[in-house]
Amino acid sequence: MTAGTITPHQSGQGGRGGFAALLHAEWTKFRTVRGWVIAMVIAALVTVGFGLIGQESCGTANNAACTLPLGPGGEAVADSFYFVRQPLAGNGSITVRMTSLTGLIPDRAAGSRVPAGSRANTADMHRGLEPWSDAGIIIEQSTSQGAGYAAMMVTGTHGVRMQYDYTGDVAGLPGVVSAASPRWLRLTRSGDTITGYDSADGTAWTRVGSATLPGLPSTVQAGLFAASPQFTQVTSASLGGSTAVGGPTLATGTFDHVGVAGRWTGGWRGTDIGQNAMYPQAPGGFRQAGDRFTVTGSGEIAPDVPGSGGGVDISQALVGTFAGLIVVVVVGTMFITAEYRRGLIRTTLTASPRRGQVVAAKAVVTGLVTFAVGLVAAAVALPVVERHIRAGGSFIDPVSMLTQVRLVAGTAALLAVAAVLAVAIGAVLRRSAVAVTVVIVVIMAPYILGSVLSGGVSQWLLRLTPAAGFAIQQAYPKYPQLGIDYASASGYYPLAPWAGFAVLCAWAAAALVLAIFLVRRRDA
Amino acid sequence: MTAELAGLPGAVHAEWTKLRTIAGPSWLLAATVIVTVAAGAAADATARCRSGAVCSVDPAKLSLTGIEVGQALVAILAVLAVSNEYSTGMILLTLTAMPHRAAVLAAKAAVVTGLVLAAGTVAVLGSVLAGRLILPGHGFTAARGFGSLSLGDWPVLRAAAGSVLYLALIALLSLGVAAVVRESGFAIGVVLGLLYLFPILAGVVTSPQWERHLQQIAPMIAGLDIQATTGLHALPLSPWAGLGVLAAWAAGALLAGGLVLWRRDA
Repeated sequence: MTAGTITPHQSGQGGRGGFAALLHAEWTKFRTVRGWVIAMVIAALVTVGFGLIGQESCGTANNAACTLPLGPGGEAVADSFYFVRQPLAGNGSITVRMTSLTGLIPDRAAGSRVPAGSRANTADMHRGLEPWSDAGIIIEQSTSQGAGYAAMMVTGTHGVRMQYDYTGDVAGLPGVVSAASPRWLRLTRSGDTITGYDSADGTAWTRVGSATLPGLPSTVQAGLFAASPQFTQVTSASLGGSTAVGGPTLATGTFDHVGVAGRWTGGWRGTDIGQNAMYPQAPGGFRQAGDRFTVTGSGEIAPDVPGSGGGVDISQALVGTFAGLIVVVVVGTMFITAEYRRGLIRTTLTASPRRGQVVAAKAVVTGLVTFAVGLVAAAVALPVVERHIRAGGSFIDPVSMLTQVRLVAGTAALLAVAAVLAVAIGAVLRRSAVAVTVVIVVIMAPYILGSVLSGGVSQWLLRLTPAAGFAIQQAYPKYPQLGIDYASASGYYPLAPWAGFAVLCAWAAAALVLAIFLVRRRDA
Repeated sequence: MTAELAGLPGAVHAEWTKLRTIAGPSWLLAATVIVTVAAGAAADATARCRSGAVCSVDPAKLSLTGIEVGQALVAILAVLAVSNEYSTGMILLTLTAMPHRAAVLAAKAAVVTGLVLAAGTVAVLGSVLAGRLILPGHGFTAARGFGSLSLGDWPVLRAAAGSVLYLALIALLSLGVAAVVRESGFAIGVVLGLLYLFPILAGVVTSPQWERHLQQIAPMIAGLDIQATTGLHALPLSPWAGLGVLAAWAAGALLAGGLVLWRRDA
């Protein structure tokens, strides 16, 4: 390839040597057109720069928390509930019977946004439960927010659950708790292991699950709890944002037959955990009469992910991807349509009669150049915008290093495959305006329409269209135990990251095959 | 100025002949109508108002969802009306025959606007009809507070007529951008970037002030405020003010296009 001499028989060499020469030729075309080089620089700049717009400090912002506690796994968590507790030294167990779970949710008429940190007025509430309102028994490492725990609980509509360390969730007995259909719950501690049981009658017990909490101190805080997550309802969804009303909710659990085994000391005490959290709280409390308890609480014990109201999504640092995408689609399309427009394609095809290889070489060059530019842009954008958001005082929900690597490499790959798709569609349609529009609309319209179409349709569009590729930028898992709407606007996609990316790749591959087929058959 | 205006009818006739005699524009206009109505009907058909739930849907806006896709085809039409002449070199002939360059752009704008208004009217009427037929079957009934979509209601008429004007303004914006950028691929990239990037950016900014400002200046978001028939007090701009923002974008683009056309060699 570096040989300076002219080898007239190059076309006869065939195979890889021929394709390598073709790649070299296309690379030369790409880098010597000043407009394309400038465009790629612009693509990198907008990919970084877009994320720097409009970030503001916590408190004043829509949903940006100033700081959140971290759970045992390093993830941000929401940890606020009402806790009726006693210290338990060493191994032991607690058993209760629950006969009801009721609650209060805000009236719709009063449903204006409740300012963060303020307390709710129960006069503006009516009876009702959130699906994940819960009450039950819990063993906590300590009373500080983010402490490790394991709990058995009854929930609004999801039956009995065992949950532990914020992300763990195992289903127990289904159905709603009532006086006619009570639920018995038991937690036993043995060393670092806590095991949960449930029963409908208090005699036949079923083991629901067990959790190992490493480093559990010898004395833990254990007892009864109640929590109820924020109520939200989207009142209008439109382009570029939606408005929601909501407010804190309350859950009240009724317990009897409270029995403990082991060394419990000091009597029952009630504590509002996480009172100063940014989550609007409703006042909690408890009443005791013998072994009967009613416990009322607000808040939730769960991972915090974007969309649930706490921290900022780290993938917001890559919002510039959309701007970069438009630029690389334009460049990719014109890399081939410009040849048709100027008639250069006839020279190109005369010089290398293997027409399919010409299209393939253009796709490879465009893809590699875009990947390199995208990799640099994303690798700069992620830390720079992240620092910018943090400097504003907002809290970014942390993700693992592996996830960050996937976000950066995935963004570059997303841009590269989109550019290859643009080359292929450009070869098929030959008209740059139509080709650019087709590619941009099929990639971006499903994402944008997601905010106005009904949930089911937008989810299918994000599975089937090239827009599925954005799944590679989803930074957080979807926890089923959170009652939030996992919408694309909040950074969630219906397909797993690599599956979504594979859908985009399949579209690009299909378009490329069609392009090679047409370029071979058609007159230039 | 009078000399330029005197040549305008001839220029308009020439532009009309150019657009009429090639196949592209008629296909694009037909596609605009089909895509707009089909996307709107699809949005209607997938919306549900379940009994017991609070439905915050604006039926007129929902029926006119197709405009958000159809506008891309209108943009192609307008961009090609300018860019095709540059790519074929026809522009040299046009400007030789019509030395008043502003008149050339004005004539193109007049013809493209006329065509888009005609196609847009068909597309919007089809969309409203589809909404009228489909929505009552999906829970949007009079009993739930949703009247049948009718152009006799002033807000619905405003949404419908405004959507036609919206498409025309998108065409003018695209025309102006194409006169500045000339290459069709770049021009359409700029237009689609202006339309689609603002909503994405507005959706992710953490500052509510920024979100509101972005919604006010974005040509697509502000322009589509004209489709709102419910919850007007929550809009960042009133319907006509929103359409005015898009008109300002279109005027700015045409002005820039006119200046560039006037100053630059073809």
